[in-house]
Amino acid sequence: MNIARQPVIRSGLLLGLIALLGTGLLSGVDALTHERILQQEKRRVLLELNAIVPAASYNNDLLQDRIEITDAAFFQHPDPVVVYRARMDGRPVAVLMIVTAPDGYNGDIRLLTGIDGNGRVLGVRVVAHRETPGLGDPIEIERSDWILGFTAKSLQNPQAGGWAVKRDGGEFDQFTGATITPRAVVRAVHNALLYFDANQQALFGTGPAKGQGG
Amino acid sequence: MTIGQLQQILADGVWRQNTGLVVLLGLCPLLAVTSTLVNGLALGLATTLTLMLANLSVSLLRGLLKPEIRIPAFVLIIASVVTVIELLMHAFFYDLYRVLGIFIPLIVTNCAIIGRAEAFAARNAPLPSLADGLATGLGFCLTLVLLGALRELTGRGTLFAGANMLFGEWADALTLTIIPNHPGFLLAILPPGAFFGLALLIAARNAWKARKPASTFAALVPNRHET
Repeated sequence: MNIARQPVIRSGLLLGLIALLGTGLLSGVDALTHERILQQEKRRVLLELNAIVPAASYNNDLLQDRIEITDAAFFQHPDPVVVYRARMDGRPVAVLMIVTAPDGYNGDIRLLTGIDGNGRVLGVRVVAHRETPGLGDPIEIERSDWILGFTAKSLQNPQAGGWAVKRDGGEFDQFTGATITPRAVVRAVHNALLYFDANQQALFGTGPAKGQGG
Repeated sequence: MTIGQLQQILADGVWRQNTGLVVLLGLCPLLAVTSTLVNGLALGLATTLTLMLANLSVSLLRGLLKPEIRIPAFVLIIASVVTVIELLMHAFFYDLYRVLGIFIPLIVTNCAIIGRAEAFAARNAPLPSLADGLATGLGFCLTLVLLGALRELTGRGTLFAGANMLFGEWADALTLTIIPNHPGFLLAILPPGAFFGLALLIAARNAWKARKPASTFAALVPNRHET
């Protein structure tokens, strides 16, 4: 008896064939889209970075000039902080740090924080969060201008006590019905500034991209 | 496939057997993504495409599919189709892909798709199966769009917010602010609002159907008892 005629074998072979066809189709589509997906992701990151550091103000390959740091004294979150460094002809222009506030109302809030060479905030944007829609989400630039309040602030402006929400005696607004969210954001940005202040030399000195400008 | 059959398939899929409002399949994505009209439309279109491709493939292979391997074969086909669509969206509609996130791969778990494969495509020729996929998808899409519009309008006072993610930059002009300075109605945007909205839509559909005498309805769509 021909083994291929047995129903079980036939069904198995047929399933295998369908799986093979599906796999072939998927690898084909993957090969076609892989490059474009990578480009899209790069474009997206660059768009976010350029919203804080204008593309005209630096001329190094920002996405390549990237280091990861961990420093438990400043950053409570276990994940390393990703830092992009903008340089003009090799001179430091700004750093962009992706810091994580571990104490949001509903878990982590990831913030992109840009700091210029004088230790002033260039801008802050929320990269990811799970705060309550309508209460905590005015931290998003799409929802309100609140996050723009950090622009041009520094460790001297305001002084340490001012780096808090108004309810805690600081100078940043809280939202109606949500104090925990802005409190966490303010603290995380302040920590980023403190780290920058303590490690400015090291931030620009180390890493793979030394002298890559121009 | 006659015109009458096509009409019947379309009427069944879009209205009489509407996945979201009558059969109540695929409720998880339906409830989760409909916080805005555009999100609903995007997931609706992706699901429609999945239904058409899955129905077509199942129908083409229906002669080979023995009853005992039919379900695993459906799963393989649907999973492949959904993954292809996910990759294409990732490459060409990146912003939308970020918004819809996990719900694109989760189309695979929408029971409406395996339901149509089993109930229709496995027993019918490719063309009617394709039409059935289109009709079922459009019906699902209609529900998503209605629910999305309802929630966006009551929750934010806008319509078509984020249309640029689907259609490109020019579509920014599509965003309508129906209620200026809307204070925001949280309940509509949060998950409970999805349940309330869906309940209202189902109630509205039932009320509409109850008002319509059965005879008029039958006359509207000929050959309703043919298949």
